[in-house]
Amino acid sequence: MNMAKFKLAQVGSLLVRELTRGQFTTTIQRRYLQRSYNQYLQSPVSPSPSNYKGISFSVYSHAYNNRHAFSTSASDNGHEEGNQQKEKISVTFIDKGGEETHIKVPVGMSMLEAAHENDIELEGACEGSLACSTCHVIVMDVDYYNKLEDPTDEENDMLDLAFGLTETSRLGCQVIAKPELDGLRLALPAATRNFAVDGHVPKPH
Amino acid sequence: MNKLATLHGKRWISRCYSSLSSQSLRVCVVGSGPAGFYTAEKMLKAHQGAEVDIIDRLPTPFGLVRSGVAPDHPETKIVVNQFSRVPLNERCSFFGNVSLGSSVSLSELREMYHVVVLAYGAESDRVLGVPGEDLEGIYSAREFVWWYNGHPDCSDLDPDLKSTDTAVILGQGNVALDVARILLRPTTELAKTDIAEHALASLQESSIRKVYLVGRRGPVQAACTAKELREVLGIKDLYINILESDLSKSAADEEEMKNSRIQRRVYEILSKAARSQPSHPISGQRELHFVFFRRPEKFLHSDDSSGRVTGVRLEKTVLKENSGSGRQSAVGTGQYEDLGCGLVLKSIGYKSVPVDGLPFDHHKGVVPNIRGRVLSNTHTEPLIFENGLYVVGWLKRGPTGIVATNLYCAEETVASISEDLDQGVLTPTLPRPGREGLQQLLDSKGVRFVPFNGWEQIDLKEKSLGSLKNKPREKITRWGELLKAANRESVTEQ
Repeated sequence: MNMAKFKLAQVGSLLVRELTRGQFTTTIQRRYLQRSYNQYLQSPVSPSPSNYKGISFSVYSHAYNNRHAFSTSASDNGHEEGNQQKEKISVTFIDKGGEETHIKVPVGMSMLEAAHENDIELEGACEGSLACSTCHVIVMDVDYYNKLEDPTDEENDMLDLAFGLTETSRLGCQVIAKPELDGLRLALPAATRNFAVDGHVPKPH
Repeated sequence: MNKLATLHGKRWISRCYSSLSSQSLRVCVVGSGPAGFYTAEKMLKAHQGAEVDIIDRLPTPFGLVRSGVAPDHPETKIVVNQFSRVPLNERCSFFGNVSLGSSVSLSELREMYHVVVLAYGAESDRVLGVPGEDLEGIYSAREFVWWYNGHPDCSDLDPDLKSTDTAVILGQGNVALDVARILLRPTTELAKTDIAEHALASLQESSIRKVYLVGRRGPVQAACTAKELREVLGIKDLYINILESDLSKSAADEEEMKNSRIQRRVYEILSKAARSQPSHPISGQRELHFVFFRRPEKFLHSDDSSGRVTGVRLEKTVLKENSGSGRQSAVGTGQYEDLGCGLVLKSIGYKSVPVDGLPFDHHKGVVPNIRGRVLSNTHTEPLIFENGLYVVGWLKRGPTGIVATNLYCAEETVASISEDLDQGVLTPTLPRPGREGLQQLLDSKGVRFVPFNGWEQIDLKEKSLGSLKNKPREKITRWGELLKAANRESVTEQ
């Protein structure tokens, strides 16, 4: 099933995109606005978010049972049904090229999940189990940053290793939508810039 | 049934779709660790006409995620879910059991593909260059890690953990901490991980009670990260020894800490551990000693002819500031002390190995490159690039960093490839044989490659073996058995 979904995403990408993402026009427009450099990094065909998320997320979040880890992920259908009653907040993602995507995020959902559901290219190598720093986001407004619970030691351990760390950096998997965060603006770090000199790696002994 | 039909339909569309792109860009990625997979993923996304083949010398993919990441770090391995989706793409194929240098040469690959990206990492070790380094009982941490992670090249390492109670680990980076943790952690906890069976059996009988982690510099310069440090300090019923006197900071230390969040946090964790430690271990308790400001001078052995290591002579060091860089390095003081032990693990860094026809900087241990473009020469102007040859991961930037570092590293290399295509430096106008060429060549040489569904067979087998023992998987650790498991069902379709 997972595989079938994936093939679908790969293959009829253009078609699928039209069908599934009509409502998020900004997502599509954004792609044409990027500078040439980024065109290569941001593909016009990424697996559609629901496919990408796949079954594995829920399996692993269960298996590794980390605090916030995708506790709300359940299944796609679950979201859709829940959306009827659930409150949503507005969140803006700002990508590496500076383009903005506005999305609605149900209360209780992590920003990592929300990004994937909306085809925002936020990596999530460990699928929200607090074992990597790939879902690093920068909170654009200090007031909003202060509304978040303080990062745990475990999150700080991962932030230590994040590229382009700032004073208001957080892991997307640990930022959970709540009503006070309505209007939240999150930037993806421009990681490729100065990669060679951006030395956030353990020094050789 | 309906789903199946849909699947076939999609495949059919996909085939037509891919054959529509008349000139496909043939890309070969050598090595299937994080650097290789991130590169393949990004190439496939960025270039809709690209066909990307990933070769690996092992029958199994994922490089250090499989053979480097510690067995008690399952969360770190979750990234293989993402990597496993990459070869599902029709434009991507995996060729396991194909070794660059013996199965296929670099020049052959470069003839068959428009673009070759080397991502084969660092499969050797830096050496200390001190007397006695070849004694019995001294291993590189890499070998030890490969052994407990079931790498088929180290399944016979069989380190003797029964005739000594003391191990010395040289180095204080994350690999050193991993190795210390595996030696000290209760084996009941390790038994639930995907640790290799032979390693678990050996650790269950281990007599090692004391582990020394030796670093040339101080707590401020320790090369580990906070997570791994916190983890080793948190091992159940473990006595931790850190000398309070080692924790005093110089002005230069303060300066280093001011500039590095990670150094600050590591130092804080070490100081906290030093403050809260009991003065003596309880009898029978396992012990972990952090030894700072010491460097190995020579390895000691007994007078008999066994050739076994019995200790390490350490020289005390002090820190000297390097002019300008702000970094401090250790210099010897001429004072020595001996530390007795029966096992030494050198965790002083991995090293890449060149292949025929590849420019290589032996001093830095990397392929000379600019943003992933391989340089033909490093010492003469103008700079000349090897057309169509790129590098990524440890082979490009040296053996440091975490899995995610390769994500950015791959973005950079793929951006270089894209720029070269854009600017006409790379002109894939003439078709190259690519995948079909490689298959023919391997056929002619009698090399039986393992396709991705061959790995899936291995994966299934390992998981089913593991489920019998309440482990996530039981790794197959022999070449022959891996190949047998891969071929369990006739694998015809790629």
